[in-house]
Amino acid sequence: MTADVTLDATTRTAALALGDDALVLSHRLGEWAGHAPVLEEEVALANIALDLLGQARVLLSMVGDEDELAYLREERAFRNLQLVEQPNGDFAHTIARQLYFSTYQHLLYAELAAGQGPFAPLAAKAVKEVAYHRDHAEQWTLRLGDGTDESRERMRRACGALWRFTGEMFQPVEGLDVDGTALEAAWLASVTAVLDRATLTVPEGPRTGAWAAGAGRQGLHTESFGRMLAEMQHLHRSHPGASW
Amino acid sequence: MATAAQAYDRTDTAGQDAYERAFDAAVAADERIEPRDWMPDAYRATLVRQIAQHAHSEIIGMQPEANWITRAPSLRRKAILMAKVQDEAGHGLYLYSAAETLGTGRDELLDKLHSGRQKYSSIFNYPTLTWADVGAIGWLVDGAAITNQVPLCRCSYGPYARAMVRICKEESFHQRQGYELLLALSKGTPEQHAMAQDAVDRWWWPSLMMFGPPDDESSHSAQSMAWKIKRHSNDELRQRFVDICVPQAESLGLTLPDPDLKWNEERGHHDFGPIDWTEFWDVLKGNGPCNEQRITQRRCAHEEGAWVREAAAAYAAKHGNGTGEQQA
Repeated sequence: MTADVTLDATTRTAALALGDDALVLSHRLGEWAGHAPVLEEEVALANIALDLLGQARVLLSMVGDEDELAYLREERAFRNLQLVEQPNGDFAHTIARQLYFSTYQHLLYAELAAGQGPFAPLAAKAVKEVAYHRDHAEQWTLRLGDGTDESRERMRRACGALWRFTGEMFQPVEGLDVDGTALEAAWLASVTAVLDRATLTVPEGPRTGAWAAGAGRQGLHTESFGRMLAEMQHLHRSHPGASW
Repeated sequence: MATAAQAYDRTDTAGQDAYERAFDAAVAADERIEPRDWMPDAYRATLVRQIAQHAHSEIIGMQPEANWITRAPSLRRKAILMAKVQDEAGHGLYLYSAAETLGTGRDELLDKLHSGRQKYSSIFNYPTLTWADVGAIGWLVDGAAITNQVPLCRCSYGPYARAMVRICKEESFHQRQGYELLLALSKGTPEQHAMAQDAVDRWWWPSLMMFGPPDDESSHSAQSMAWKIKRHSNDELRQRFVDICVPQAESLGLTLPDPDLKWNEERGHHDFGPIDWTEFWDVLKGNGPCNEQRITQRRCAHEEGAWVREAAAAYAAKHGNGTGEQQA
């Protein structure tokens, strides 16, 4: 698949950002295969990973060759949010990451699907998948938050640890025509409501600024990301030019 | 279909013989036995053992392939592999449900898997060392599984037979994808071709062992065939598999690692070399390359997930909207 030459450079920049989010989170969820707490979650996590991979393939193909983009770029060229590259941690960490991201992605895609922009067709299809991802994350947030003392403590810790990566989602992305302020307000309202129902409080601490994360879109990532890419790209890079 | 084998009334001890005759007649007439029908205790026990082992194999079988999800060399292959591993979890769920119709529970079965009291297919104790192993598993291991399982679609126990119909459809799809993966490697660069050949060399004999011990050493075969749980002997199915694979290997441009493999005009089948049954029994006893690793990973996933299942159960108890199925 090759790049759609009718797309302008800023649209391709945005496609790369959204595509990298989906690609990287899909990869992280793929790491759960064979390790999930119940068989139903083996199915659910793989299902979400597959949906995201499908989205990534469409988005990356708007920019260029999907495999070249996935396998032959180095860390500094990836444009994903730092949130999605965070290691899985325990199940609560994975669910907190999923809650933060799928709430954002669902609100974003709903807006894109309603518009006339270049992402409308993709978003119209993906928004249905993402609604399911969001529901899955919310249901587990409730169960872990309002489950046992241990699960509540783990969920609280996970939500807190990932909080500082959430501000980045609302920074403007070139080529992405959305109202970041409105998106952030809706996201915050939704996450607050879910955490509240889960008997948890919204984490304190900065979501932007010097010590908060927020440079993934500029190609500045966290340390674990390079290792993730090393694993993901190793085989492809070992056989230059081969087809699979 | 509970016509001949009638619903079992435990208070009616005098009628035992009649139940047994009705059961035998139903099996003889190729009718399906259903969960509420009377069945001999040994038939029930055999089915529980076989279906559980089958379910466990799906679950453990996720590991060797999941080993390559994060390293799949193209996004298309990665999607195919993820979907396959997801299907396997789904197959495990069907099969545990089928086993539960016989009066056992999933938790109990998982417990038996984790403590080594129930087995899973010995093939999953071999490691996946290269990407080509994913293709070899699809082509050979799934191919052997299908050869084994298609006759199970006509097995006398209804819930098992119906699970197998659904599973075999998906397995055939996986098998074709595995073949296609190997074909791409075989026709690729010299390095890719060598990778494919090496994988086939390592997976061929273990795949033949999947059909179980030779007929004269198979302890459960005769009774299972009489009950129409099994329809063909181990050796018959193994021969059928070899006959299917030989032309497929040729069209793949790969060789099978057996110098004795040749067409026997008189028998109308391929002759093949002796299987190393010492290795088979060794792996079955727990001494294969990955036995320890596979069961440890399964046990760890279960133990590390205990708090999640407990949370779900506690939430369901508080809110009354859980199914209760996820209780630890």
